[in-house]
Amino acid sequence: MPKLADFKTNEKSWWCPGCGDFGVLASLQKALVDLGVEPHDVAIVAGIGCSGKIGNYINCYNFHVVHGRTLPTAMGLKLVNRDLTVIAAGGDGDGYAIGGGHFLHALRRNVDMTYIVMDNQIYGLTKGQTSPTSKTGFKTRSTPEGNIERPIRPLQLAIAAGATFVAAGFSSDVKQLSSLIAQAIQHKGFALVNVYSPCVTFNKVNTYDWYKEVLINLDEDESYDPTDRGAALQKLIETDERVRGLVYKAPDQPSFQELFPGYREEPIVHQDWTMPQEDFAELLEQFR
Amino acid sequence: MRERRLASWKIGGEQGQGIDSTGELLAIVCNRLGYYIYGYRQFSSRIKGGHSNYKIMIGTEPVASTSSELDVLVAIDQETIDRNHKELVEGGFLVADAHFEPVLPEGCPAQLLSVPLTQMAQEVGSPLMRNVVSLGVSAYILGLPLDAFKDVVLQRFGKKSPEVGQQNVAALEKGYAYAQEHLPEPTWKLAAGDGKSRLIMMGNDAVALGAAAAGCRFCAAYPITPASEVMESLMSILPRYGGVVVQAEDEISAITACIGAGFAGARAITATSGPGISLMQEAIGLAHVAEIPVVIVDTQRGGPSTGMPTKHEQSDVWALLYGSHGDTPRIVLAPSTVEETFYLTADAFNLADKYQCPVFVATDLSLALNKQTVEDLDITRIKIDRGHLLTDEEIAAQAEPDGFRRYRVTESGISPRPLPGQPKGQYLATGVEHNEFGKVSEDPRNRVAMMDKRLRKVPADPAALDLSLEPLAYTGPESPDILLVGFGSSVGPIGDARKLLEAEGLRAGHAHVKVLAPLPVNQLAELFARAKHVIVAENNAHGQLFALIEHRVGKAMREQGLTVPQLHSLRKYDGNPFLPKEIAAAAKEVTSYAQAG
Repeated sequence: MPKLADFKTNEKSWWCPGCGDFGVLASLQKALVDLGVEPHDVAIVAGIGCSGKIGNYINCYNFHVVHGRTLPTAMGLKLVNRDLTVIAAGGDGDGYAIGGGHFLHALRRNVDMTYIVMDNQIYGLTKGQTSPTSKTGFKTRSTPEGNIERPIRPLQLAIAAGATFVAAGFSSDVKQLSSLIAQAIQHKGFALVNVYSPCVTFNKVNTYDWYKEVLINLDEDESYDPTDRGAALQKLIETDERVRGLVYKAPDQPSFQELFPGYREEPIVHQDWTMPQEDFAELLEQFR
Repeated sequence: MRERRLASWKIGGEQGQGIDSTGELLAIVCNRLGYYIYGYRQFSSRIKGGHSNYKIMIGTEPVASTSSELDVLVAIDQETIDRNHKELVEGGFLVADAHFEPVLPEGCPAQLLSVPLTQMAQEVGSPLMRNVVSLGVSAYILGLPLDAFKDVVLQRFGKKSPEVGQQNVAALEKGYAYAQEHLPEPTWKLAAGDGKSRLIMMGNDAVALGAAAAGCRFCAAYPITPASEVMESLMSILPRYGGVVVQAEDEISAITACIGAGFAGARAITATSGPGISLMQEAIGLAHVAEIPVVIVDTQRGGPSTGMPTKHEQSDVWALLYGSHGDTPRIVLAPSTVEETFYLTADAFNLADKYQCPVFVATDLSLALNKQTVEDLDITRIKIDRGHLLTDEEIAAQAEPDGFRRYRVTESGISPRPLPGQPKGQYLATGVEHNEFGKVSEDPRNRVAMMDKRLRKVPADPAALDLSLEPLAYTGPESPDILLVGFGSSVGPIGDARKLLEAEGLRAGHAHVKVLAPLPVNQLAELFARAKHVIVAENNAHGQLFALIEHRVGKAMREQGLTVPQLHSLRKYDGNPFLPKEIAAAAKEVTSYAQAG
């Protein structure tokens, strides 16, 4: 069985001390160990930004792609090798700004894979500009008078777009977050885990203390039913998405893989690709 | 009666009036009778309305270009006559539906046959069969056996119901009988076809077949004219072999999905046209730096921007050679026929795996969409070569405590490539500059070593690519006075232009470039050394291939102490492919000017 150490690399982190992403990394590593997945059977596709460096610090197959394109890349990867545990990971800018279009389509396509968003409501690596999840009025280097735009509500957006699994985590609660990530990996479909992951350098508003105070833990609310789509949206509207825990899990929605005609148990990369001559001759018949 | 070896036929009407499917039926009939065909569709970017036409060249020998002359025009409306009558030749026929009271423009040398197509179609069941009636008339004019038409319509329409099949047969018979009764005795007919079974297909079909035969099992693409048929065709083939096709939300998704699949070890393809190529540029750079195989097909169309989406052009040469940012090695294959498209697409996958980088297949609208006769496609010529992959044992032997040297600096520039799922092969693939382990590095020495490694992977001479065909084809005399050079689908018009020049006593040669990068510089230089004049004919405004040749081949010749012949650029960018006579005229102008001067 794999151990936590198997998922670690010897690379020194570039993240600022206290960065929320450390908690996400630890939770991801713990989830993989808890699920008993071997490092070589995991592929992480990371985006651009501070969060995109996560692949540098975890021992598995890693692909650090261009800005905003983790989801289609991870989709291609997963569809040709279904045996891999495929996780896309990036920040709120990567996923909801430049990659926003892919996000919607990944949700409705429902490819069996996991998407972890490290949401710090700021652009960190470019040194502090407003992000799509920054609240209105939020002052940054690019919005010195305060953000005049309204934030994206990723959890509501996800559910509205047809998500089959939506969770919200908080990076300082590794126990809950690792459990949510493990559930997301086990979910047979597209699973979103949006993690509040504070930026200690550029976001002085949405801090650890602030999150601790405002976040409502849905996992501790026995009256909350995460399989009720309407109730989930209602809760997200009421709380302005200041929640953590399992938000929504659709009962029995088939994944893209389950629906695609002729999709096989054996991963594409392991199949014999030679086309029998008789088959090819048959294909040519339609051109005569 | 005179027998002819080549005839041309065209049907025109509004889009949505079955113009394409009627042309298709005639093409299939001719193919089964053993003729060679070359189809040429003109259409616009709309579904209903707007003039469209389908011209078919029918020959007893291979045909690879269309001409400005026309023997038979079937007109469903007056606009078809107004737009196309100038092509009709002396002795030609204009078959027009009496329904719209056709008018033959003054000076048109053809004979107008006002035929009650709609009325006869109505008599056998439905006015929709008007076009089939016109095929009956056409069969009589061209001297083709009606039974061959009957077989094809029964096969096509009999599937719906035997009754519909029989109605269409009746429509054919009615048209044929009407022609027999009312038309003058034909003065010519097509010489009989050889009856040999061949294929008719378009370049997009050949891309899909070549990909599937080469082991491609993943396609992600976004619909775009004139590339969509590649995705559609793969959607009909790949599920049978466990493969997957995804209609992506945009071209960026399409290319990155393919790169993801390539990283995992699958063979992946995306097909697009100019606008899609523009959207893919950033990801193409990623595939180069992270060293991931992927095959990208560009069916060139009129640009820039939306340009002329349904019109032919060859204006992406520079975009394919120099697109993306930073310095990257390029492989751009440019098939000129449907047959070559099949083999070069298959080759592209081997090259992508071998050199671990994107490989482009550049076609153009004429090649992508025009149906042409293909003798046969031989799958036994397709070999799957996966390049520098490793067994689990090899990986275990090479793995180090710090990880796996995925980007090991080697003499060839090609590094060992573990695939996700292989134990101890874990590494970081990244668009960031990296060291041998894939870890981020901005060390100047490492940077230069990595750049040089990636750039030396791809050979400078396309002969070293080990392709299914020669990177440069030449037809003509040992020392041509005029050497015509081109790429892509212009192989037909240039080849025919060469024959025209030869018939007029000129020593003309034709060199066709099949690989745009790496360019066959030495092969071209060798030919140029024996030529007096060179004309590079291409469908773009800048003379993109000309500039490339002038710079690269000219430089190579000067370095070798060879005399560079006079280089001329012939460009056409009005949305239509070259006509052979246009190229021949340019060649004559160049040579006569030279003689006079």
